[in-house]
Amino acid sequence: MTTGLDTSDAAADTLTGGPRRGRVRKGTRRGAPLPLLLPALVGLAFLLLPLVALLVRAPWRSLPDQLTSPEVWQALQLSLVTATAATAVSLVLGVPLAWLLARTDFPGRGFVRALVTLPLVLPPVVGGVALLLALGRNGIVGQWLDSAFGITLPFTTAGVIVAEAFVAMPFLVISVEGTLRAADPRYEEAALTLGASRFTAFRRVTLPLIAPGIAAGSVLAWARALGEFGATITFAGNFPGRTQTMPLAVYLALQNDPAAAIALSLVLLAVSIAVLAGLRDRWMTAAS
Amino acid sequence: MTRTARRTRRTLQVAGAGAAALLALSACSSSSDSSAKPDSSASAKDTSKLSGTVTVFAAASLKESFTTLGKEFEKAHPGTKVTFSFGGSDTLAASITGGAPADVFAAASPKTMAIVTDKSDALGTPATFVRNQLEIATLPGNPDKVTSLKDLTKSGLKVVLCDKTVPCGAAAQKALDASSLKLTPVSYEQDVKSALTKVELKEADAAVVYKTDVKAAGDKVEGVEFPESAKAINAYPIALLKDAPNAAAAKAFIELVKSAEGQKVLTAAGFLKP
Repeated sequence: MTTGLDTSDAAADTLTGGPRRGRVRKGTRRGAPLPLLLPALVGLAFLLLPLVALLVRAPWRSLPDQLTSPEVWQALQLSLVTATAATAVSLVLGVPLAWLLARTDFPGRGFVRALVTLPLVLPPVVGGVALLLALGRNGIVGQWLDSAFGITLPFTTAGVIVAEAFVAMPFLVISVEGTLRAADPRYEEAALTLGASRFTAFRRVTLPLIAPGIAAGSVLAWARALGEFGATITFAGNFPGRTQTMPLAVYLALQNDPAAAIALSLVLLAVSIAVLAGLRDRWMTAAS
Repeated sequence: MTRTARRTRRTLQVAGAGAAALLALSACSSSSDSSAKPDSSASAKDTSKLSGTVTVFAAASLKESFTTLGKEFEKAHPGTKVTFSFGGSDTLAASITGGAPADVFAAASPKTMAIVTDKSDALGTPATFVRNQLEIATLPGNPDKVTSLKDLTKSGLKVVLCDKTVPCGAAAQKALDASSLKLTPVSYEQDVKSALTKVELKEADAAVVYKTDVKAAGDKVEGVEFPESAKAINAYPIALLKDAPNAAAAKAFIELVKSAEGQKVLTAAGFLKP
């Protein structure tokens, strides 16, 4: 639980050093034209109404009982740990990938970028089956992992992290790549002419420059990983305490006890709001 | 300049496509509602001539046999069309009580049918039309030499069960309890087909599923019968729904399922007679 909040806080901290573009143009906001205002309000209502319904119909009286069961906390803890680990994996692999796509030139780069975004359009369940075929006990790479190291990923917590990272990493890559493209490459070029190696320039110049993009991408990836359902249940299965994350617990509770499912959803909602509120001062204002 | 103009045009195109899709969706749902009403009143009087669409919500395990029966029905009654929604019985029951426009509900357990009858969304008493027995599905050739339910508790064997909230999981638990065995699976799957898939993909060594699923999977899995399954046989009830848009044709479909011809198709798929 603490680990989840720590990373997000750390991510937000790096942002305080970033540029604050939002503050400058506050005066131009007056008088939104009606053709924009109306659909905007309808859109807002459309997004909020289901959440309001969830709150209105929540079983408030039995809520304390629902939430004190150890399964709920087990699932919540697992969700936070795996979502954070999946974000960490995405950061380690995704930021270099974004750099490669934005800063280097190689044949078929556009095609590679399209491939990177594929998990975004793939139904998560299909993603889960694809992961089984690749990393499962009988998968292309998985059978080799099994025979050489005795590692099998399906039905393990590590498998949950793999499934979540598979689905969440594209969000981070796209966000970071966009920031890299917007960032002025002349700073890096200046560092290079002053004798820095390409890696030093990346570490000392590029990384601080794109920190806001990395933070925003991490938050997106973390949120996506937290809500991941299809790939997780397909690739990692469902076992309480090991692979049963909150979305899985919610889905299965929905089968025979909708009230419990609503209670679990409220917990997930509360955690998400808490994290976003924790970031509000630094991240939300910088982005607005 | 030109670039922004082009981009705006593209955004508009995308928005237009989205709006069209929305319209199509809403048109779809409203038309099925409005066309269904007069249809049902007309066909209720005249049972000899059936027409229109029958919507059947059925448990996932009925997929193969009901699809066959649907085709037979359409052939016997030209002008009718049978559409199916297969899924977990609980999920289907929830969507029926939530107002989904369906004519017939066939559940994999009396408990899930009770969700619908408790809200008085069904007409009359549901009738049991088949029963289904559990079977162990193992890898082709049964390399782990599983011959009994007890063999599944061997350490190192990866077994998947259905979650206790779905009928196949409840039945498996009943069989295990009856023989006082304690089995820790690697996963509790959300429905019987996903449990079977784990064995088909060779990720799990064995799963406890229905006989009919083993049969439908062909040579991708091997079935092992176990005597304890006799203590956990699921009865499948079928019922006409109260708000059935096409009640007459729906009644005829239920009759087909219960008829000798229908039973032949179902028993061929591995179901037991009621």
